[in-house]
Amino acid sequence: MQQNYIDLSKKIRILSLELAHHARSSHTGGALSMADILTVIYGGDIINISPENIDSPRRDRFILSKGHCCASLYATLALTGYINAEELKSTYGDNGSVYYTHCSHKVPGVEISTGSLGHGLPIAIGQAIASKVSRNDYDVICLTGDGELDEGSNWEAILFAGHHKTSNLCLIVDYNKIQSMGDVKDILDIAPLAEKFRDFHWNVIEIDGHNFGEIENALTQFKSEKEKPTVIIANTIKGKGVSFIENKLMWHYHNPDDEELQAAKEELK
Amino acid sequence: MRTAFIKQLIEEAKTNDKIFLLIGDLGYNVVTPFAEAYPDRFINVGICEQNMVGIASGLAMNGYNVYLYSIGNFPTLRCIEQIRNDVCYYNGNVKVVSVGAGFAYGSSGVSHHATEDIGMMRTLPNMVICSPSDPSEAKAITHISAQYNGCMYIRLGKAGEKEIYTEPYSLKIGDIHCYQDSNSTSAVIASGSVMYYAVNWIKENNIDTAVYSIPFVKPVNKDQLQKLASRHSNLIVMDEHQKSSGVASALLEQLSDLYTEGKIKQFPKVRRLEIDEQFIYIAGNQQYLREFTHITLQKSLFE
Repeated sequence: MQQNYIDLSKKIRILSLELAHHARSSHTGGALSMADILTVIYGGDIINISPENIDSPRRDRFILSKGHCCASLYATLALTGYINAEELKSTYGDNGSVYYTHCSHKVPGVEISTGSLGHGLPIAIGQAIASKVSRNDYDVICLTGDGELDEGSNWEAILFAGHHKTSNLCLIVDYNKIQSMGDVKDILDIAPLAEKFRDFHWNVIEIDGHNFGEIENALTQFKSEKEKPTVIIANTIKGKGVSFIENKLMWHYHNPDDEELQAAKEELK
Repeated sequence: MRTAFIKQLIEEAKTNDKIFLLIGDLGYNVVTPFAEAYPDRFINVGICEQNMVGIASGLAMNGYNVYLYSIGNFPTLRCIEQIRNDVCYYNGNVKVVSVGAGFAYGSSGVSHHATEDIGMMRTLPNMVICSPSDPSEAKAITHISAQYNGCMYIRLGKAGEKEIYTEPYSLKIGDIHCYQDSNSTSAVIASGSVMYYAVNWIKENNIDTAVYSIPFVKPVNKDQLQKLASRHSNLIVMDEHQKSSGVASALLEQLSDLYTEGKIKQFPKVRRLEIDEQFIYIAGNQQYLREFTHITLQKSLFE
């Protein structure tokens, strides 16, 4: 399994960079920081989603709230059989393509459209409530950025889920410590994040967001949690996997030119 | 109107187990009968409208018909981006219900004046906009909304409005509702509870005019509007909303299309009795603020 994860995560990163290169789109760093989390969600068997069950009312729901980083989600969907990789690669961001450069629910396997921050978690809560009321008993996983937690709507939702013990809800925070204009700690500090969630009555799991074993364990722990909503605070590195992209603010905006794409691919081989 | 709404919603929920009601910690006593009858399909979300809309969206994606209930600007302007991105984009089965249309909470001040909501909602694709003029229309609209699979904005008055329509009638989305027919050149067209004022003023002053209510601001049935505009050349439109983007705006846009398409030969006079681009800095009850903003009838309008 470990080797499968390594292989898939490398392919996700390469395809994500190819997409950013093709569309000349931004948000490369944030797409790479969450690639290992996507690898376990889509490449493993803990979360009940597959290309065969995208319309099943009992499937688990994965909601990408940081929709500006959809390149790596689309890459994942292409590499795990939801969408055609060649079509994605050749049309991403192009005129008339369904693949605009923020998350679209018109893409098979994508639950909701996002791009404006702070929308995913409230919708995830609605999905989680529907799971219980309808007795379809699926789980809901929502992935947000760290800068995204500046949005007040998230804290409305965090307060609500803690109060209502929405235990079939898992929030994953891609805590890469860099947001649009600089370091999260300098712009609007969210630390100490684990304590905040504990105060809001959440089950808190802190992990290395690039360690497949820790990601698997955290998701497994969430699956057995019956009392509280779970937050997985995934400590990640913005731009993870490519040395010259890692932790560089510029790569929030920058897309790889021909040479940079080639160099990145070499590193990821 | 709010009582008519909740009573009808309870009726609908008896046979429709997909109906869900979310409130933003408002509606004391009003929503209690629903909460008691259907506790599994009722949540007081708290004072967090952005979250409330998101939750509604998530529920609607899973087959529920979700009603959001709060006052005036709170379930509308406060969370307009959530309504746009998370409801209208999917044409989600979410019914945004506001109480306190126009100046219904007049003395509470500008925060409680719902006077831009129609304009904001009108720009959103997929959104159907309902503005009942009396409890009977509120009831009819609630019934329609329970059957309708898509997003809707229902703009209710407050409490204690008197019935205008006392005879049975049927209503469908888009209908212009005729209260009083006439061959006069004039037609009063009102939306919301100001309709009651208009009907009484016309009776008291013995004016020969047609009177219509607009229970649906969007869509408006184009054929019905064409007939109305072909018969009446002096249209007096009343609603408690800013002039830009209110009910008269909605009708003018349609009339312009009808005229451009050659479906009406003469463009009618449209007198807009609405708020003339202003906020209100004083206290005042609904009738006082209508007079203050000149949303009142006078005989010269019919000459």
